[in-house]
Amino acid sequence: MQRNLTCIICPRGCNLVIELDDEGKIESVSGNACKRGIGYAEDECTAPKRSVTSTVRCEGGGLIAVKTASPIPKSLVFECMKKINGTHAKSDVKIGDVIIKNVLGTGVDIIASGNKML
Amino acid sequence: MFDIAVIGAGVVGALVARELTRFGMKVVILERGSDVALGATRANSAIVHAGFDAKEGTLKARLNVRGSKIMESVCQNLGVKYKRNGSLVVGFNDEDRKTLEQLLIRGKNNGVEGLSILERDEILKIEKNIGDGVICALHAPSGAIVCPYELCMAAVGNAMDNGAELILDFNVTAIENVGDYYKITSPDGKLAEAKYVVNCAGAYSDDIARLVGDSSFSIRARRGEYLLLDRECGDTVSHTIFRCPSKMGKGVLVSPTVDGNLLVGPTAEDIDDKSDTKTTPEGLDKVRALAQEQVSGIAFNKVITSFSGLRSTGSTGDFIINLPQPRFLNIAGIESPGLSSAPAIAEYVIMMLRESGVFLFKREDFNPYRRPMHYFSTLSKQEKNEIIKERPEYAHVICRCEMVTEGEILDAIRTNPRPNDLDGVKRRTRATMGRCQGGFCSPYIVELLSRELGIDYLEVTKSGGKSYINVGKTKE
Amino acid sequence: MNYDRKADLVIIGGGPAGMAAALAAREAGINDILILERDNELGGILRQCIHGGFGLHTFGEELTGPEYAYRYEKRVKEENIPYMLNTMVTELTPDRCVTAMNEKLGVFTVKAEAVILAMGCRERPKGALGISGTRPSGIYTAGTAQKFVNMKGYMPGREVVILGSGDIGLIMARRMTLEGAKVHAVCELMPYSGGLARNIEQCLNDYGIPLKLSHTVAEIHGKERLEGVTIVKVDENRRPIPETREYVKCDTLLLSCGLIPENELTKGAGISLDRVTGGAVVNGKRETECEGIFACGNVLHVHDLVDFVSDEAVIAGRSAAEYIKGKSNEKIKIKLQTDGKIRYTVPQIITELSDTTVYFRVSDVYKNAEILIEDGEEKLYSKKTLKLAPGEMESIKLTANMLSRVKSGEIKFSLKTGV
Repeated sequence: MQRNLTCIICPRGCNLVIELDDEGKIESVSGNACKRGIGYAEDECTAPKRSVTSTVRCEGGGLIAVKTASPIPKSLVFECMKKINGTHAKSDVKIGDVIIKNVLGTGVDIIASGNKML
Repeated sequence: MFDIAVIGAGVVGALVARELTRFGMKVVILERGSDVALGATRANSAIVHAGFDAKEGTLKARLNVRGSKIMESVCQNLGVKYKRNGSLVVGFNDEDRKTLEQLLIRGKNNGVEGLSILERDEILKIEKNIGDGVICALHAPSGAIVCPYELCMAAVGNAMDNGAELILDFNVTAIENVGDYYKITSPDGKLAEAKYVVNCAGAYSDDIARLVGDSSFSIRARRGEYLLLDRECGDTVSHTIFRCPSKMGKGVLVSPTVDGNLLVGPTAEDIDDKSDTKTTPEGLDKVRALAQEQVSGIAFNKVITSFSGLRSTGSTGDFIINLPQPRFLNIAGIESPGLSSAPAIAEYVIMMLRESGVFLFKREDFNPYRRPMHYFSTLSKQEKNEIIKERPEYAHVICRCEMVTEGEILDAIRTNPRPNDLDGVKRRTRATMGRCQGGFCSPYIVELLSRELGIDYLEVTKSGGKSYINVGKTKE
Repeated sequence: MNYDRKADLVIIGGGPAGMAAALAAREAGINDILILERDNELGGILRQCIHGGFGLHTFGEELTGPEYAYRYEKRVKEENIPYMLNTMVTELTPDRCVTAMNEKLGVFTVKAEAVILAMGCRERPKGALGISGTRPSGIYTAGTAQKFVNMKGYMPGREVVILGSGDIGLIMARRMTLEGAKVHAVCELMPYSGGLARNIEQCLNDYGIPLKLSHTVAEIHGKERLEGVTIVKVDENRRPIPETREYVKCDTLLLSCGLIPENELTKGAGISLDRVTGGAVVNGKRETECEGIFACGNVLHVHDLVDFVSDEAVIAGRSAAEYIKGKSNEKIKIKLQTDGKIRYTVPQIITELSDTTVYFRVSDVYKNAEILIEDGEEKLYSKKTLKLAPGEMESIKLTANMLSRVKSGEIKFSLKTGV
């Protein structure tokens, strides 16, 4: 079986062609300009992952931009948004601070990716 | 109890109300919209016609010529931009030339000064971009341009400064004559009592007249679509360029605006819904096609917005100004040249009231002046710095396209007639009216409105009613 | 012109371009720098771009917009480069007098040895698109919606149609979806997307949002708040096909129909602009035709990636520093021409005999094309490509050696298709 994907690792957006065997295992990946494309293809065919970026309200007003420190399982994106939406950051939060530790048991933290916006 | 209720806060109602306060009357202005200047006043050609169009002897002719004469001083007093840029009615063939010669005679009969017919080479000396097919033109040096909604807002504001009251969202649905005064009511329970009523309700003036049993006229809405171009194109022409009226119709006009943009339009289409101000692809195509014949080199890729306005076309062909019953005045069917005539209509109303037996004397303490809303960017460095020293918010530019400062927006929100929404701020200050059309500054203006009006950020609307800017908060 | 103060280098705009230019100039030995920023923080539009995808090229890691901006902001502060916030530049003269205004100083004029223009760009508004219909609330450019959602915490709407498939529109499709809105469709007038392929994948396909190519919004409905739009398919000449009209109920229309460099100050200084880019005409040093006035970032031409903005700003910053120090290597004058399939190049002129990277965009999607650079009849360079798209900026490095071979004073960039 063949699967076509657009690699999302970098802005180049390579068109990946993936050959899969009957059990869904990858036989080959082509079209990738770099080796990160292979890793992406492997993840995408077995356990796709995505980064999530959003905002969190701060206690006492204002918003702060947040992100998952690394990609989480794609199937958990909306669950993750629920967690983010239900969280308030401290009023003195700064860029890089951990806002939610180990979100949804993924081992990935939600961290502040900007300074407070008023 | 008011002396007089003016129904409708368009440019006619506004100038009438102002004139009435000049004569010491206690005035209330009843407006169905969430702001003043929302009807025909908001969207029209913004032209002060010289006065050669209307037939001799009509009210249109008489009031247009008088209005054109006094418009400049009215604008000066009210801090409203006005420019006597002159107009050209261009002709393409011999038949047009005959029509223009007739217009010239008519204009002279109406008392218009300075009219002449120019040949193509003479036109080219004053308008280099005139259309290829143009052979001659009627030149009217007294033609001018003005901002109609600015004039309306300034006149309402000045009337209020002189004691008039403005009630917005007052949809008049009943007018009861109770002996020596009228009870005016709306479905949501608003009430105003006044001895006299002036019906300046524009497209709805026939409905208002019917409330007192006068069904002698009707009003049709005639929609006109326009294109507004970037200031870069403002010098495409310096005069207002009309097309000679012919069997093919009236054509469109191409004109600079007082704010330096180029305005092209309108179409003319009779419609049933008196609030239907949509634009159509066919209409705008037509505007483009006609305009290109009159003026060459119009950069239609620099259009910043398109809009349409409704003209209130009366069933009699002339302005309808009468007293169908004691203490009730109709001022209806004020289509073109309505804006040009408006200051003269205000004078005319005073005369009619006097003739009907009202004693009117000019107040000595009447203040005819009003400061302009959008002026900061025109000041010298020193003048600006003096203002900034007192009011630092004047150094904070909110609308970068039109260079409107926070100080100007705050002053506009705090000045009569106060705006209640984003479009209200826009019409008063020009903020969001530039080439980015509010992309950068509208979130900030929403904040200023919310703070100044004491309402939640979410309650701020674009133009009243349910025209909310935001529908909720994130994270909810 | 009278002035109130002097500076070696004035940079107009404290976004990614302005900050990177300032740092490059400082590194090249210029001390007396002043950044003038109209907003209340440094960072420019990146502050509201909370999504990822920035910095792979510059830092080798994926950052969000605010993170990318913060790296520069931190260095600007560490280097003690002076900057003024809430300061609006109102005028620029050809002799490099910059007039600005803020609350503390009022209106003031700075006489600069060199000026770098880094004012960025703005979005094409609705009016310019000529969509007919009513004028209700609920119609925003994607960037305005982004500001409401990301910086103010408000939802401009719940049922969304997006017109234009520029990157900001695609990013906002995902962002609105994550915040609970329903994005019904992204309509794109052209038969191809204006955004990056990765954004179509991760912002639309991930969420099942249809991308309707060769579609536009024909009419807007609703008197107070937007109630719906009529979308329509267009033919190859981009004319609507009436029988394909379709009503889509929605309360929000977001526009992502192109960005326009913000060059009002540039024009005011009498500097001529490239009709295609909307930015100034510049040489390899990013110097405009007005001596000592440089330009970089989206004010010069719209970039897809901030990383390339930073690269360009470094060139402008260094060049401004050299100019201030009186160094000039101007020896040659080579004009860069294009064939239309290649829409534009930046720079448009090369005046120095040194390696020069030329950035360009194509006007349509081209598969299996060959990029040709010729000096009259003589081929200087050629390269075969699999795919070129208008949404993706390309670059070619012209070596000093290649440039030294140019005889005619003019080289032509063209595209040979079907190879």
